[in-house]
Amino acid sequence: MSKFKKKSNKQPAISTASLPDIVFMLLFFFMVTTVMREVDLLVEVSTPNATEITKLENKALVSYIYIGKPMGSLRRTLGEEPRIQLNDAFATKKDIIQWVEMEKNRRDEAEIPRITWSMKVDASTKMGIVTDVKQELRKSNALKINYSTREIDRIVD
Amino acid sequence: MARRELPEINAGSMADIAFLLLIFFLVTTTMDTDGGLTRKLPPMPEEELEDLPEVKQRNVFEILVNANDQLLVEGQLMLVSELRSSAKEFIMSDPNREDLPEFKPTDVQFFGPEFPVSKGIVSLQNDRGTSYDMYIKVQNELVAAYNELREDLSRQKFGLTYNELSNEQGEAIRAVYPQRISEAEPKNIGE
Repeated sequence: MSKFKKKSNKQPAISTASLPDIVFMLLFFFMVTTVMREVDLLVEVSTPNATEITKLENKALVSYIYIGKPMGSLRRTLGEEPRIQLNDAFATKKDIIQWVEMEKNRRDEAEIPRITWSMKVDASTKMGIVTDVKQELRKSNALKINYSTREIDRIVD
Repeated sequence: MARRELPEINAGSMADIAFLLLIFFLVTTTMDTDGGLTRKLPPMPEEELEDLPEVKQRNVFEILVNANDQLLVEGQLMLVSELRSSAKEFIMSDPNREDLPEFKPTDVQFFGPEFPVSKGIVSLQNDRGTSYDMYIKVQNELVAAYNELREDLSRQKFGLTYNELSNEQGEAIRAVYPQRISEAEPKNIGE
């Protein structure tokens, strides 16, 4: 028959009012750091290692050339030979000059000399095809190139 | 009877803290930029050059890489790990030795009007069958050799690391050790 208020020993629940803030914070964080992949890779590219790396700063001024073996499922029809990929499609070395022109037209005239042509080449590729691509780049006056590599501490034999 | 209930924590400043953290991450996160070895290709010659300037044997550091990824440096079989030191020796050169490159007095800022700059050229020739991995290793070692020498000189002359130098100082260092890597047309023996 107690009419007294029961003495509550429970502590009050922690306020969850700030949970949305935290969630938004995380959301923003991931939104900022996520880098969208611009192309679907059709070739397998595992770049070699190097120690003397220079970072590519301005992403907008980089055009990528991919060279490597076709991806797993495409290998049955296309074979094991390394191929060149420009944008979203396979290409041959003859397409490079035209592609370079297209990439140059995409940018302001003042920025053209600052474009870096990044070559993402699989480590197991033979130099033959790489040399051909380099020759085509020279012909199309795309001279500032970058051999994309991963960073390591030291080179092993 | 005293109320034991604790007062609710004020959550009004939570949003501020959240924004603070958000801004912190925004500022500190560097997006993973991809990097690599940056090179400058020589422009295509307008017409075929007939009479190429003669370069003396002692001024050329000849590197050959064959289709089996073997390295021949100045006529000697070598491992990639040994390349850096011998490239450095060549680039630095030595006035007392006949087999290393000659010097040309050049006007370099900070170093004087008649500073001897080596005439050495690194010549790299690979086979079409050389693996890209090996090619990058060799390129990397050559760049490393130049970078180490420039770093040493910069510390010795200015007491700063190469990255801390002002534009003019960096230019002077680059003038003393100009990066001259020439790539010959590859041979096709073992593709």
